[in-house]
Amino acid sequence: MGQQIDVNHLNIYYGDFLAVEDVNINIAANKVTAFIGPSGCGKSTVLCTLDRMHEITPGAHCTGEVLLEGRDLYAKDVDPVAVRRDIGMVFQRPNPFPTMSIRENVLAGVRLNNRKITKSDADDLVEWALRGANLWNEVKDRLGHPGVGLSGGQQQRLCIARAVAVHPTVLLMDEPCSALDPISTLAVEDLIEELKQDYTIVIVTHNMQQAARIADYTAFFNLKAVGQPGHLEYFADTATMFNNPQNEEAERYVSGHFG
Amino acid sequence: MTTIDHGALLDTQHMIPDIDAFKTSRSTAKARARKDQIMRVLFTATFVVATIPLVSLLWTTVANGAKRLNVGFLTHNMTGVIGGNPTVVGGYGGVLHAIIGTLEITLGAMAISIPIGVMCAVYLIEYAKDGRLAKTIRLLVDVMSGIPSIVAGLFALSLFAIVCGPGTFNGVEGSVALALLMLPTVCKSSEEMLRIVPNELREASLALGVTKQRTITKVVLRTALPGIVSGSILAVARVIGETAPLLMTAGYIVSTNVNLFSGQMTTLPVYVYQEYSKLTANCPPNAGASCVTTIPMERAWSAALVLIVIVLVLNLIGRLVAKICSVSTER
Repeated sequence: MGQQIDVNHLNIYYGDFLAVEDVNINIAANKVTAFIGPSGCGKSTVLCTLDRMHEITPGAHCTGEVLLEGRDLYAKDVDPVAVRRDIGMVFQRPNPFPTMSIRENVLAGVRLNNRKITKSDADDLVEWALRGANLWNEVKDRLGHPGVGLSGGQQQRLCIARAVAVHPTVLLMDEPCSALDPISTLAVEDLIEELKQDYTIVIVTHNMQQAARIADYTAFFNLKAVGQPGHLEYFADTATMFNNPQNEEAERYVSGHFG
Repeated sequence: MTTIDHGALLDTQHMIPDIDAFKTSRSTAKARARKDQIMRVLFTATFVVATIPLVSLLWTTVANGAKRLNVGFLTHNMTGVIGGNPTVVGGYGGVLHAIIGTLEITLGAMAISIPIGVMCAVYLIEYAKDGRLAKTIRLLVDVMSGIPSIVAGLFALSLFAIVCGPGTFNGVEGSVALALLMLPTVCKSSEEMLRIVPNELREASLALGVTKQRTITKVVLRTALPGIVSGSILAVARVIGETAPLLMTAGYIVSTNVNLFSGQMTTLPVYVYQEYSKLTANCPPNAGASCVTTIPMERAWSAALVLIVIVLVLNLIGRLVAKICSVSTER
């Protein structure tokens, strides 16, 4: 089952630079929440703070709270590695491990953590994850082939399978379709629709039609000027966001006046 | 009327690009093709010139070295070799002790320099990024790669003189000297290989909840492995032919010594040098045809051939390992 995330007064810094200011958002469980907004407004940054991936960047830190079902991810006793096991992430460019086969890629989360798994359990997990990512029928005969030999869309679904194989409760997707052709995009979008039964999904997208198609809720991020911190401008359910936004900037953005 | 027409004609000529203008470009194309031909010939010629010494060297070594290269040469050391006479056991001595010495000392040097070099590269790429310490280390590595091999030999010699007392000669001392020479090459090539591992792979691994340690060992180093292997083999190939530092540290003996940590050891380059220094062997006046005065030079050539073969085999092993662990990208 998916879990909900509540973000309270989140400020994100890169060194001394305040990148995103005072974000408050409640991400509902088992729903698709889309982050939209112009480039540089910090949507990907906010997404990364939800599983503490931004901490990889030297100097990046944040203040405020990110609560996963009430547990603060930034509490002192929380291990960022454990957070990332609970909250999976799919990146903009498909990034299967080039040294691994399709099967090994799906099992990467288990194997890299040195967890013991019997062969039959591994087989079940691979099939389950690949079926979950709508990829099983395409690759079941060549699980031993290298993961990077697949097409771009298949690679992205392989990455989704790899992410779900560690049984997260939330899936974060950072522009998962921007490197894909329309048919692969459709496949991934259909998959997102199915995945929300089991996971809470947060997706960053530059494609407003995509947000309108798949998201239940949409958050619009904006920045006042280049060099200024980004902020959450407007958050609404997707129908309101695209048909009747109660926010001038959001209306200008979704109607294509800027961005 | 005519003047006006003429003026108009001139004007149109001015406005519309003249078809005849292509004539000049045709002639430049011809000139360019000619230059292309000349440069082609020139580059091919330089390539041929560059390969002449290589082919000649290989040919000379094979031609001179094959004469004395036989099983006896590979399975005997130099004990009991007097002048140009054949030994009691038959044959004219051999390089068994030098092959053992070369392999052991080089393996020792690899065991010292590869872990240090790779870990140093991991530190530079994964931890220090572009800090001041990293810049200093990079500078030192660059400086170190310019160290003359004799200086590395002197360093190892004095190090062991301090630790084990003066006049210490043993194999591991030679390994230390060679490791010093290998270290910058291993470190630099590993650093380059780790640098080209895409950041996306690190992110992918970390996002799966994998610790940094396992991300580095199982994703980053694994992906860079073929490159690290070939870089290390290159470093080995560079030091395996070193003579001077080994002469100072590992010494020279005629018998076989398999203990890396005690007693002098002979390596192939040192053997070649020693045999060459003898130039000719003495034969007593009453010696038969079995006494060969030119035997030292012949042994030197054969040992050189053995050394080339060892380097070749090492290279092949390296390529094989790199191929087995390679990152396959074919569809």
